[in-house]
Amino acid sequence: MSETQSTYNYKVVRQFAVMTVIWGIVGMLVGVIIAAQLVWPELNFGPYLHFGRLRPLHTNAVIFAFGGSALFATSYYVVQRTCHTRIFSDGLAAFTFWGWQLVIVLAAVTLPLGFTSGKEYAELEWPIDILIAVVWVAYAIVFFGTIVKRKATHIYVANWFYGGFILAVALLHIVNSAAIPVSLTKSYSAYAGVQDAMVQWWYGHNAVGFFLTAGFLGMMYYFVPKQAGRPVYSYRLSVVHFWALIFTYMWAGPHHLHYTALPDWTQSVGMLFSLILLAPSWGGMINGVMTLSGAWHKLRDDPILKFLITSLSFYGMSTFEGPMMAIKTVNALSHYTDWTIGHVHSGALGWVAMISIGSIYYLLPRLYGKSEMFSIKLITVHFWVATIGVVLYIASMWIAGVMQGLMWRAVNIDGTLTYSFVESVKASYPFWAIRFLGGILFLFGMLIMAYNMFKTIAGGRSVDDARVVLVPAAHHA
Amino acid sequence: MNDFVNQFWNWYVILLVLVSIIACGVLLWMQSVPPTGGKLDTTGHVWDETLEEYNNPLPKWWMWLFYITVIFSLVYCALYPTLGSYQGMLGWSSSGQLAKELTKAEEQSRPLYDKYMKMDLQALAADKEGNETGKRLYLTYCMQCHGADGRGSKGFPNLADNDWQWGGEPAVIVETISAGRMGMMPPHAQLGAETIKDLANYVRSLSGMPADSLRVSKGQEAFNSVGCSGCHGPDAKGVHAMGAPNLTDKIWLYGSSEATIIETITKGRTNQMPAWKEFLGEEKVHVLAAYVLSLGAGSK
Repeated sequence: MSETQSTYNYKVVRQFAVMTVIWGIVGMLVGVIIAAQLVWPELNFGPYLHFGRLRPLHTNAVIFAFGGSALFATSYYVVQRTCHTRIFSDGLAAFTFWGWQLVIVLAAVTLPLGFTSGKEYAELEWPIDILIAVVWVAYAIVFFGTIVKRKATHIYVANWFYGGFILAVALLHIVNSAAIPVSLTKSYSAYAGVQDAMVQWWYGHNAVGFFLTAGFLGMMYYFVPKQAGRPVYSYRLSVVHFWALIFTYMWAGPHHLHYTALPDWTQSVGMLFSLILLAPSWGGMINGVMTLSGAWHKLRDDPILKFLITSLSFYGMSTFEGPMMAIKTVNALSHYTDWTIGHVHSGALGWVAMISIGSIYYLLPRLYGKSEMFSIKLITVHFWVATIGVVLYIASMWIAGVMQGLMWRAVNIDGTLTYSFVESVKASYPFWAIRFLGGILFLFGMLIMAYNMFKTIAGGRSVDDARVVLVPAAHHA
Repeated sequence: MNDFVNQFWNWYVILLVLVSIIACGVLLWMQSVPPTGGKLDTTGHVWDETLEEYNNPLPKWWMWLFYITVIFSLVYCALYPTLGSYQGMLGWSSSGQLAKELTKAEEQSRPLYDKYMKMDLQALAADKEGNETGKRLYLTYCMQCHGADGRGSKGFPNLADNDWQWGGEPAVIVETISAGRMGMMPPHAQLGAETIKDLANYVRSLSGMPADSLRVSKGQEAFNSVGCSGCHGPDAKGVHAMGAPNLTDKIWLYGSSEATIIETITKGRTNQMPAWKEFLGEEKVHVLAAYVLSLGAGSK
């Protein structure tokens, strides 16, 4: 017993880290396919590979398979390292790995077959929802169990964010997925009408706020100071922005339902808390970027740090854009257009994917007994390919989105629409082609990463004897 | 409009929103200490060998950004509907905004439609400006079913030919758009597969398409005896009042293959054109009817 306790469980971290890269490639490949389908509609082959079914497969794969695996991998690593103890239960941790992979495979099978509950980012049908809930509870037990048996008195800031993310996602998933099953593959939401829409977007926006933000801020708080070799900029700032962030995110959902049947007061509340959310979000960016102050030169030749700091820039940009788009008058233009798609991807590719990629590059050599990745140069190549890809993606969607919004609202003197819908589709083609190109570049970057990863693994060994670091003697109170 | 079933929920929302917005400001205020000026030190905690934290004061500009959003929110609560059923000092509502914009748009286009209404449909169909308005209306409301060029598709009638299921007179077209149409061909599975196949062959022969001659004569007999002629007419040229299509031309709503006609007779067909008068108003229906006339006129 004491012998196993003196090492970290790297096995589960390794499994999730490798799957992060694999699922990243799969999810982004599906993204590239549906981007191609918009440019060349002939590519919609049969019902199973149609855009309507592949699109939820893409979102589920990148958010839950790629993003989820990255969160599992890093949180298990970080919570062990910063609590100075082995993970709470090896068995349960292994269960979360296999359980989560099963969820992903079931999603990849059922979504193309057309089984869906129709709720965005929560499309999976009820039996899979139950499996997710079970795996998630196990995850919470493993994570908080490790916190409980920690050797350090204080809980490191990264764990606040991981902990908040795990608790909130459990709450969101269980409440929003409540449904009445009518068969094994079909269910109806427990809520009706505008309440159903509100519950869905309370979930939907917090999937962004907790799954794609709080969890990844946890990642940021460990890997940025580690890679920079600098202390976190401000403990005080992390306290304020942590509580403000997790509090205000919970209110922001109604901004997805502006100018709908949702009561005006609910829409206003959603808009105001989205605006208040700007400062708490930027708190995280400031704390990350300023951590580098005094070590800016490291950005020049450390591609991992480049990934981490660039991801924070995109985080700052999309968390400025988000509150602006939540303002009713701006939303009246941006809603239902490609601007939303651009906004989501500046967060998903620029922030979530880049911080994950940087963190996984940090982890892999340590998990496989190497001092660094097989090729640092290839990390640099990956960084530039990915950055150009994101910029192409976002810029094309901004232009397409604003153009669509303006075309849809243009009215002639006779009260008719200046442009029919299909004219706005036609005008969007060149930008969809550019977006496709951006997606190709980002996917290509992930393939470079996979090559680098397998080369690193091939030249290394699975580290299972990393000794738990003792809490410094001076560390008390 | 009040969204609350009773006053408790109204006050619950008001208090919760106000307390929550103010709480954000209080949280910030509690943590706003002036810079110490001395040498910056870490908090003294060390995790995982090297992880430490400075305790820099909150950046001033960031604090102001935060305070401004909190103050903006409180002001907004006073001006716009945010606090439960309180309507706000400006009296704004999203439905009010919509009504205002609609009224304005209608006032703008009124003279134009007044002019169109004074023209009869044939004149309007020939009028360039009126035709363009009609086309824009068509591309917004009609093309989803009838196609951008008006040529329809399976189950959706072609408007650019001279064949009219319900009649092509100007007044009838207006009636079709205004009140919609329900087309219903009843199922005839009870006739048995053989008779249905005979009928299909007869119907094909009417349009001059290849058909089995023995079946054609049997089908012709059945056509009159089982009641097809009741809707399609004894000469099978269709009856506009029933919406029953002409079977002697080469225009087919669902397809002319033997298999498709057998399916049509066996299972029947139900079709619906929605009613537009309530939604678009008389004037726009008038302009649309003229546009539809202009489509069919050229292809006689």
